[in-house]
Amino acid sequence: MWKALPKCAQGVIVAPKCQHGTVRESDVTYRDLICEEVQFKGHNGDMGNAYYARPKGDGPFPGVVFIHHLPGWNEVCIEAARRLAHHGYSVICNNLYFREGEGDPDDIGARMRAAGGISDEQMLGDVAGAMAFLRAQSNSNGKVGVMGYCSGGRHTYLAACRLPGVNAAVDCWGGRVMAPAEALTAKQPKAPIDFTKDMNCPMLGIFGNDDKEPDVAQVNKTEEVLKQLGKTYEFYRYDGAGHAFFDWNRPSYRVEQAVDAWGKVYDFFARHLR
Amino acid sequence: MCSYITEKAQIFGSAKGKKGWMAVDTAVIYYDHPVHVPLDHALNIDFVDSRSKERVAVELSAASARELIKRIQAALDHGESVHLGSTEAQDPVRIHAL
Repeated sequence: MWKALPKCAQGVIVAPKCQHGTVRESDVTYRDLICEEVQFKGHNGDMGNAYYARPKGDGPFPGVVFIHHLPGWNEVCIEAARRLAHHGYSVICNNLYFREGEGDPDDIGARMRAAGGISDEQMLGDVAGAMAFLRAQSNSNGKVGVMGYCSGGRHTYLAACRLPGVNAAVDCWGGRVMAPAEALTAKQPKAPIDFTKDMNCPMLGIFGNDDKEPDVAQVNKTEEVLKQLGKTYEFYRYDGAGHAFFDWNRPSYRVEQAVDAWGKVYDFFARHLR
Repeated sequence: MCSYITEKAQIFGSAKGKKGWMAVDTAVIYYDHPVHVPLDHALNIDFVDSRSKERVAVELSAASARELIKRIQAALDHGESVHLGSTEAQDPVRIHAL
């Protein structure tokens, strides 16, 4: 559903509320966490490393695969995994670049960028493996969502369409969900939007209206396709925000919009994964 | 969104990285979200040794990058005039886009 964007007193438009005191974190938080690096079985049975964060205790906990972005398996994504764990989820953020070996995440990310990234098929195999890892744990409630920023958002969209067993998906400003023919490559041979008919889980979309990739027209088009195909989705679009507005250590950070949108994420996952 | 759109050039040179000096044979250039410089977008250059996969990275504002282009050209023009003509013939690698 599309929500109207009311304007708040400061002139910043956020969806759907921006009065102080109306934005809150999830009611349920878990201060005791267990966070560790684990091994998981990915595409083609390859064994890779992953960050695994979950609340202390027997559960049952819903699972989330947090799909890292193009720049790599870095702190921003690891932190998002820990954040979701704090709110009661068993979260795995698997290293999509493990086949490149050890190294600083930004160095490996730069190398992968120069190589044209990883293939969509490999990514899907790795995410399927991460989902299986979560469901195999004794603390699992059997449900698993996927979430990602930027290219991780694009990957989330693909996973929602192409992987069985995804119970909910959160696409944060995933670009190139639509892609012109000239943008398609051997590694990314088909635009995610073309798989939309196969989407079999609810989708939450978080977007900044100042973003150029995806821009407002692209988000409109994505929404149009979701609506035409009768998919269950919620899109929230924020004025005064562009790309990567969750990144607290970057100039793109927008505190009010980010806090509100995280609230949307907690609410969405609670409704579909608990 | 971060993209895989890059320019690449074969180069001959050295760069000083985490482990000291090293040969670099490839430059990867892209305008996208940087890791460190406090900008939404930057002109990023990775000077890479393709054998060890080590790199030396710089992230520049667009204006800085354009100024650098001009200053590099000026330095080459001045240097070649002082050092008796073009040095290109001595260069082991004729720079070109990969």
